[in-house]
Amino acid sequence: MHDDKILGYQPGNSFIHHLNATTKLIFLILVSIACMVTYDTRFLAVICLFSLICLKIAGIKWKQVSFVVNFIIVFAIINIIAVFIFQPTYGQDLYQTKHVLISAGYFTVTQEELFYLLNVILKYICSIPLVLLFLLTTNPSQFASSLNKIGVSYKIAYAVSLALRYIPTVQTDYWEISAAQQARGNELSKKAHLVKRIKGTLNIVMPLIFSSLDRIDIISTAMQLRRFGSKKKRTWYVYEPFQLKDYLVTALAFILVLVVVVLWHVNSGRFFNPFR
Amino acid sequence: MNQKGLSVKSVVAIGIGTAIYVILARFTSIPTGIPNTNIEIVYPFLALLATIYGPIVGFSVGFIGHALSDFLMYGQTWWSWVLATAILGLIIGLYSRKLDLEHGVFTGKQMFFFNLIQLIANLISYVVIAPIGDILIYSEPANKVFLQGVTATATDFIAILILGTILLKAYAATKVKKGSLHKD
Repeated sequence: MHDDKILGYQPGNSFIHHLNATTKLIFLILVSIACMVTYDTRFLAVICLFSLICLKIAGIKWKQVSFVVNFIIVFAIINIIAVFIFQPTYGQDLYQTKHVLISAGYFTVTQEELFYLLNVILKYICSIPLVLLFLLTTNPSQFASSLNKIGVSYKIAYAVSLALRYIPTVQTDYWEISAAQQARGNELSKKAHLVKRIKGTLNIVMPLIFSSLDRIDIISTAMQLRRFGSKKKRTWYVYEPFQLKDYLVTALAFILVLVVVVLWHVNSGRFFNPFR
Repeated sequence: MNQKGLSVKSVVAIGIGTAIYVILARFTSIPTGIPNTNIEIVYPFLALLATIYGPIVGFSVGFIGHALSDFLMYGQTWWSWVLATAILGLIIGLYSRKLDLEHGVFTGKQMFFFNLIQLIANLISYVVIAPIGDILIYSEPANKVFLQGVTATATDFIAILILGTILLKAYAATKVKKGSLHKD
């Protein structure tokens, strides 16, 4: 039915599945930051290619991610059109030159603007496959332990793992309450007008929230009884030690960051400028 | 029991709160008819949670919830907007000290000030933090991001004004009033 519309861990047997969760997290964070900071087209293109190859290696099927990817494509197109409409001269301001392609008053298309938009698109393609890869190949419990490993307090790491653990449960609750309310004549479809839909949604959300608030009380009591949080540190059942491949992948992430730093000096700034 | 750092209840509230945040963000936006403008129930929910459990939980649920739901739905996130949502939770959480929902009290005057605070929180988050972050991190055109910010402020303010107030009132109604028991 409506399930499976959220990305989640899919067990598998590839090289990427076998990497330590901490390694994958470090790689994801460092490379995403690198892609966020730089506007160097060459670097972005290489990372794009690399992350698409990784998706292939991990054996991720198109149908597992198609709904997300379609969603992202629509969103990215709207965003890019918006960036263009609001300031068609943004590219020339950034690159300090002007090569007109189509002259049309306010909407004059310049090579600089198109190049800037190309970079924006590349940035989308860079980060998304890496995140998909991480979400689909990492066990949530290992994710929590790796958050703790990179220095996040274990209480916050545990909260994140609780969240990941309870997302499917809350989702099931949501659809159960929704079905029960629909059986009582609660109209939520597009046919109903706005006020009716808001009321209908509230009818689902209120019981969901209040039953979950009770759940918070029950779980925290159970955890308190087991002395959660009484020590400064904790160990993780799913923790795995680093292997050679983990060191290598982590090193690669640091090298990529270094490349961005070098490129920053070469380009004297964030932007690679082919027009100069 | 006196504990250092985050209490167990806060940890669980952050965890479960984030899970609900993600589900609400995924399934309950109501389109208003204006393109790209939805009434989001997550913001009233965040306001409720921040009011019950305080600023740290408000900040954390805003931060983790927004980042996680963006990642699970879009495969990426806009950190400037994540931070903005977190600050919204923080500010509303700070005001919770003036409220006494636990004892079933939520007067008209408190409603007024709650909504005043949430308006200020929305302005700080979505007209100041999110657009400036977008310009600095993602280097997008200023007029685009400020327009997005103003739209978000308006819809979030209205959502919390109507649904948030209803949620808070409903929560207060589930609690027993102080001194409501008396001897016959």
